[in-house]
Amino acid sequence: MDQAVARPAGGVAGVAVLALLPLGFLAVFFAWPVLAILGLGFSSGGVGTVLAEAQTWQIAGFTVAQAAVSTVVALAAGLPIAYLLARVRLPGLGAVRTLVLIPFVLPTVVVGLAFRALWPAGGVVTIVLANAFFNVAVVARTVGGLWAQLDRRGEDAARALGASPWRAFANVTLPALVPALASAAAVVFLFCATSFGVVLMLGGARYRTLETEIYLRTVNLLDLSGAAALSVLQLAAVAAALAAGAFARRRRETALRLRSARDVARRPEGSEWWVVGAAFGVLALLATPVLGLLIRSVSTPDGWSLAGYRGLSGGGEHGALNVTGWDAALNSLRTASDATMLAMLVGVLAAVVLVSLRRAPGRGARVMGETMDAALMLPLGVSAVTVGFGYLVTLDVLPGDLRTSPLLVPFAQALVIIPLVIRMVLPVLRSVDERLRQAAATLGAGPARVWREVDLPLTARSVVAAAAFGYVVALGEFGATSFLARPDAPTLPVAIATLISRPGQLNNQMAYAACALLMVVTMLVVSVIDRLRSSQAQVGEF
Amino acid sequence: MRVVRAAAVYLLVGVLVTGCTLFGGNDEQAEGPDTVTLVTHESWSVPQEVLDAFEQRSGIRLRVFPEGDAGALTNRLVLTKDNPIADVAYGVDSTFASRALSEGVFEPYTSPEADRGPQRYAIDPQHRLSAVDVGDVCVNVDTEWFAEEGLAEPETFEDLAEPRYRDLLVVENPATSSPGLAFLLATVAEYGEQGWTDYWKRLRDNGVKTVSGWTEAYTQEFSGSSGEGPRPIVVSYASSPAAEIGEDGEPRTTALLDTCYRQVEYAGVLANSGQTENAGKVVDFLLSQEFQSILAENMYVYPTREGVELPSAWAEAAPLPEDPASLPGEQVQAGREQWIKQWRGLLEG
Repeated sequence: MDQAVARPAGGVAGVAVLALLPLGFLAVFFAWPVLAILGLGFSSGGVGTVLAEAQTWQIAGFTVAQAAVSTVVALAAGLPIAYLLARVRLPGLGAVRTLVLIPFVLPTVVVGLAFRALWPAGGVVTIVLANAFFNVAVVARTVGGLWAQLDRRGEDAARALGASPWRAFANVTLPALVPALASAAAVVFLFCATSFGVVLMLGGARYRTLETEIYLRTVNLLDLSGAAALSVLQLAAVAAALAAGAFARRRRETALRLRSARDVARRPEGSEWWVVGAAFGVLALLATPVLGLLIRSVSTPDGWSLAGYRGLSGGGEHGALNVTGWDAALNSLRTASDATMLAMLVGVLAAVVLVSLRRAPGRGARVMGETMDAALMLPLGVSAVTVGFGYLVTLDVLPGDLRTSPLLVPFAQALVIIPLVIRMVLPVLRSVDERLRQAAATLGAGPARVWREVDLPLTARSVVAAAAFGYVVALGEFGATSFLARPDAPTLPVAIATLISRPGQLNNQMAYAACALLMVVTMLVVSVIDRLRSSQAQVGEF
Repeated sequence: MRVVRAAAVYLLVGVLVTGCTLFGGNDEQAEGPDTVTLVTHESWSVPQEVLDAFEQRSGIRLRVFPEGDAGALTNRLVLTKDNPIADVAYGVDSTFASRALSEGVFEPYTSPEADRGPQRYAIDPQHRLSAVDVGDVCVNVDTEWFAEEGLAEPETFEDLAEPRYRDLLVVENPATSSPGLAFLLATVAEYGEQGWTDYWKRLRDNGVKTVSGWTEAYTQEFSGSSGEGPRPIVVSYASSPAAEIGEDGEPRTTALLDTCYRQVEYAGVLANSGQTENAGKVVDFLLSQEFQSILAENMYVYPTREGVELPSAWAEAAPLPEDPASLPGEQVQAGREQWIKQWRGLLEG
């Protein structure tokens, strides 16, 4: 039975109503502020001049190039770990799943310092490595999630027919992984193209990206027209990346034969040990800066000391923080729960709308769905400073003048999480067997009941996983948070950045101790959630 | 499925019941007629007792929030001048003050406290800005390092370009760092608009290292801080040595008082705020004995008010520079962008 018949005009109206919330949120807290600040830039003129400068294009070129190389490095480093998580059964791998997420939440200022300590000369290579460091987790968990459920028999058949392990991988496994790879690559590219602290700290001032230049022009020079010109370039680059990602995702139309993870994981044999070795090599590299941080948190010029950890119950030397380290941790948890709830509400609704549009007949609905999908990803590719300054010139119109409200922090964090939630929930919703839904409809279930009885149970676990990842992202979010957080309510990453930017031995040690605390909180959250998951089929996951 | 649903419900209820959320917990944000909002920079750090005492005494409810560094703060004020985000602003410094004044961000207010010291740093004949603190930027050296090497500590700008101090100095990029910009301005003040580039060429040839921010320079490259980096000379603040006092009570570092650039931070009543009278009282508070006496200990800056005692360690470790360099605000406003561009051309190639 055709969906159009099962769900006549009422369904379309329902989808439109559902779409109001995500689109409204995006319009008020993203599109409007960004357009307003760009408008200010354009109205003061000079955008053309900046676009005509050779230097602008050099910066744009460098931005795209470093992001592309970083993405390739992150993919190359993440794939062995994805393999390890998906296909290998060895003791202790559960811990690896959790540990691999740690780099993702560390504040850039701390990672920047760690990388500077390891490679004092800095430069392009260090920038690329640091960007990759942050994003290996995205690749490992996105690709690993799909890989864990790929039917292994195709690969085994290829091997039995005489294909080398490499050839079996290249011809059978890799094509099946393309959708997850494309999804991960698009997200990583966006993160790398807009990475700010890493480029600033490791590039000295020799290397500049659109993001750092937009920041300098907006914050230091108040050159809004220059910043607008660069923002337009950045948007163009981001849109191109999103289009490429969407194109690759479209190829996932062929249904994947998914199996439960337990069937595909086994002890590695023969040349597979090389891949396992590579994975552990990458893990060791990831652990190096992290261990460096932990060592810094207990070392003083006069020997080892736990003073930094003890100091977390206070506000630092000479009141560097207005609150204690523990308060900052608690505030991080609060802000992250708000941001996650908001992002789940908006993100899941958006995913439902997107999948309904895809199921609806006709090209129009489909094009609309793809446009909306891309629009919802845009916040990942726009500078936090553009959004932040945009809030200043727009949000006073709303009742309650949100410009100085502490609620703005979870709102801004939600903006970053929503695209990730959609990327994780949407593939699973799409993989729900249409025949199940049709059967339910035939048996008399209305559209709402079909959702409740079919889609929701099948996707619940990936929704939980998305919530967990969103929570972790919110915990580590720094760019927008540092812009909007108030001094009496800093989050942990903001507190760490404050502590480290003060002189004094104790402040410095506390900053590193707070990093350790952030890692512990993250690991707890992730391990609780990983336990909630099952071996049931899951496509989208981080 | 049922397990997941139950878990989700428990989680949600738990979050709401334990107050693990920001929603609903914002009673203190309620704006009354006596609520004054103060916007400041990210270094704001004031003991709660001091704020409470002020609220008790004045009946004013003070809301405080920071907006980045002095540059970011100034630009936000400019962008929102028609409908300001606050009633009072504190933290616009001498480098950015001329932009704020020419954009009409502040309205005139003469505090009764202003003639007890702050007037010495006044920059505006219309009294739109009151000087709250002084935070001079100076070259710092690691005294232990120089003692161990048996090398005399440098004292002047000229010394820094001497071959015997080769590869020892680390500075911040003036495009991205406010002490970096202050140091660049100090060299412009010292060598003039024509001569400063030659001086920087000499610094470059003498192996100066540039990093993007104070944190990298001070906590990582500088040998006198906890980071124990490789370089014993760094651009930092006049007050930094007060934070580097060892177990024996002796400062490990010292500021070179002939290399300082004066940075004054101002407060003012925002135009169009609608809370002019109470906003003025907050400015008075910022200039009061009580507030001024916590500046050194908490924010590492010097009070502008006369007769405010500095912490005992500061007298020896971090005295206020007596004769720092400075440039007129208009000259800074007119030249800054060009100088930064030239600097980038010289140092980054």
